Amino acid sequence: MDKILVGLKRVVDYNVRVRVKTDGSGVETDGVKMSINPFDEIALEEALRIKERGAATEVIVVSIGSAESQQQLRTGLAMGADRAILIQTDDSIDALSRARALLEIANREDPGLIILGKQAIDDDNNQTGQMLAALWGRPQATSASKVELDGTHARVTREVDIGLEIIDVDLPAVLTVDLRMNEPRYVKLPDIMKAKKKPLEEVPLADIGIDPSPSLKETLFEPPAERQKGVMVDDAQGLLAALKDKGLV
Amino acid sequence: MSKVLLIAEHDGSTLNASTAKVVACARQIDGAEIDVVVLAESAASVAAEAAALESVKRVLTVENAANKTAIAAVLAPQIVALADGYSHIFGPSTTFGKDLMPRVAALLGVNQISDVMSVEGTHVFKRPIYAGNAVVTVEAPADSILVATVRTASYQAVDGGNSAVVESVDVNVELPTHTRFIELQAGSSDRPDLQTAAKVVSGGRALASAENFDLILTLADKLGAAVGASRAAVDAGYVPNEMQVGQTGKIIAPDLYIAIGISGAIQHVTGIKDAGTIVAINKDEEAPIFEVADIGLVADLFKVVPELIDAL
Ligand SMILES: Cc1cc2nc3c(=O)[nH]c(=O)nc-3n(C[C@H](O)[C@H](O)[C@H](O)COP(=O)(O)OP(=O)(O)OC[C@H]3O[C@@H](n4cnc5c(N)ncnc54)[C@H](O)[C@@H]3O)c2cc1C
Repeated sequence: MDKILVGLKRVVDYNVRVRVKTDGSGVETDGVKMSINPFDEIALEEALRIKERGAATEVIVVSIGSAESQQQLRTGLAMGADRAILIQTDDSIDALSRARALLEIANREDPGLIILGKQAIDDDNNQTGQMLAALWGRPQATSASKVELDGTHARVTREVDIGLEIIDVDLPAVLTVDLRMNEPRYVKLPDIMKAKKKPLEEVPLADIGIDPSPSLKETLFEPPAERQKGVMVDDAQGLLAALKDKGLV
Repeated sequence: MSKVLLIAEHDGSTLNASTAKVVACARQIDGAEIDVVVLAESAASVAAEAAALESVKRVLTVENAANKTAIAAVLAPQIVALADGYSHIFGPSTTFGKDLMPRVAALLGVNQISDVMSVEGTHVFKRPIYAGNAVVTVEAPADSILVATVRTASYQAVDGGNSAVVESVDVNVELPTHTRFIELQAGSSDRPDLQTAAKVVSGGRALASAENFDLILTLADKLGAAVGASRAAVDAGYVPNEMQVGQTGKIIAPDLYIAIGISGAIQHVTGIKDAGTIVAINKDEEAPIFEVADIGLVADLFKVVPELIDAL
C-alpha cells in the first residue's frame, strides 16, 4: 500500500483533572497541558510499524483545529510520520464536519488505510471513524486491538463487549484503535530536530468547503454529581459487618 | 409527536439487556411512540422478547442472511432505509451501538449524541464528557432526525409483560460485501454478566499475576458477583479485555462494586459512578479510590481477601 492517513487530535492531557468553568460555558483549558489524544498516538504507532514492515510507503498525520495543533503534528512527525496536514479552524467543529474534512483529505491523498483513535478523551464521542467510513463508502473496523494486512484486505481483531471479534475488510478501510493495539514509542531529541524540517501543510477549513457551524449546541457544562463521603472500616470483619448492615451480603 | 426507532441488540437468538434500558430512556421523551427494529437472519425469538418490553408500540423485523452477525456497514443502510417518518433513532452505547450508530448518523447527514444520560426535552439531552469529569447539555436541531446512543448504566430496564405487534418489513437496499465476519472469541464463563450484574468484584494491577487474580474470582464466586478489572490488570494480561471497567471499557451500575488493589484513576472511576455502594480495599490510604468509596478498608489485599473468602 502506498499511503496511510492518521488522525491526531489535540486534547487536554489525560492526567489533568478537568474542571468546569464556574459560568457553565465550558471546561477550563487555560494553562492546561495539551497532548495528542492517547488513542491517536496508538494509531500513529501502528501506522509507523506497518510502514517499517514495508507494507506502506508513507505515513501522513492530519489534525483539525487551531494553529496550536501544529505542536501535536510536530510530535507526530518526530515519532516518524513523513508529513503533516493541518486543517485549520479556530471554531469548535462537530464530529460530522470532522469526518467530512477528513474525507476531503482522503479523496485527495487516496490512502490504503486510515487509522484513527476509537475515541477522543475530551468529548468521548467515539464517532469520527465510523462517520468517515460511511461517507467514504468503505469498511470500518472499530476498537481494533490487532491488524494483519494481506495485500488487498485486512484481518482485524476488535475488542467488543463479550470478548474479541475478528473481521476481514477490503482495503481501503478505516480502522479505529483501542488501547491494547501497541505501546507508542517515545520521541527522541534528534527526532524532534529532524521533525522541524518535515513538511507541514496548512489548509484552511473554509478552503475545503466545510461549514464549521456545529449542528449540536452545547448549552451548559456542569460538574458531575458528587458521591457522598464514605466510612472507613478496620478489617475484613468490619467490612463484612458494614455490608451486612446495607443488606449487600 | 416524537417517533423513536430503536435498534435492538441481540446475538441472533436472544435480546441483549441493553435494549430494555434504551427503551427506558426513549420513553422519557414527551409523547414518544417507540418502535424496535430487529435486524437478523431469523428474527422471531428476539422480536418476541422485544415485543414484551413495556412502552414498545411495534416491533419491526428485517430478515436477511446478511444480518446473521452485526456488521455496521451492512446494518446501517437498512436502518437508513427505515428512518423515514421517525424523529429519533436510538441505540445502546455498547460496543454494538458505538460501532453502528455513527455510521447511521453520517449516512443520514446528521451528528450523533453519544451516551445520553438524561432526557431534558425532545431534542435536549445530557451526556458525560472528559471521562465523566463534566456533564454537558446538548441541543439538537428539531427539524432533522436525531441519532443518539444511550448510556445504559443511567437507566433501569423497563419491565416485560407487553405484547406489541410484530411486523416483518422488506428493505430494498444494496448491501456492501466489503466486510466479512470471521469469528467471535467470547470468554466462556458461568459468572454473572459484568454489564448487568447486581454485584461486581474488580481487581487491579496490585494482583500482580493471573494466578493471584484467582483471589478475585474466588471472592466473586462467594458473593455471586461478576468480575471486573482495571485497565492495568487487562494490559498486563491477568484477565481478558471484556472485563475492563472504565472510560474506555464498560460503564456499569451494580448495587455493589468492590475495587481491590485499584488506585481509582479518573478513567476507572467514571465506569462505576452510578454503583449503589462502592467498596475499596487498598494498602495506600491516599489512593484516590477512597474519595469515591462508601466503605474503605486500608489493608493488604493478600491478607484481607482470603479472610473475606473464609468468612463468607
Ligand atoms: C486513554 C486512556 C483510557 C483509559 N481507560 C481506562 C479504563 O477504561 N479503565 C481503567 O481502569 N483504566 C483506564 N485507563 C488507565 C488509568 O489511567 C490507570 O492507569 C489504571 O486504571 C490503573 O490501574 P490500577 O488501579 O489497577 O493500577 P495502579 O494505578 O497501579 O494501582 C494499583 C493500586 O494497588 C494498590 N496496591 C498495591 N499492592 C497492594 C496490596 N498488596 N494490597 C492492596 N492494595 C495494593 C496500590 O496502592 C495502588 O493504589 C486509561 C488510561 C488512558 C490514558
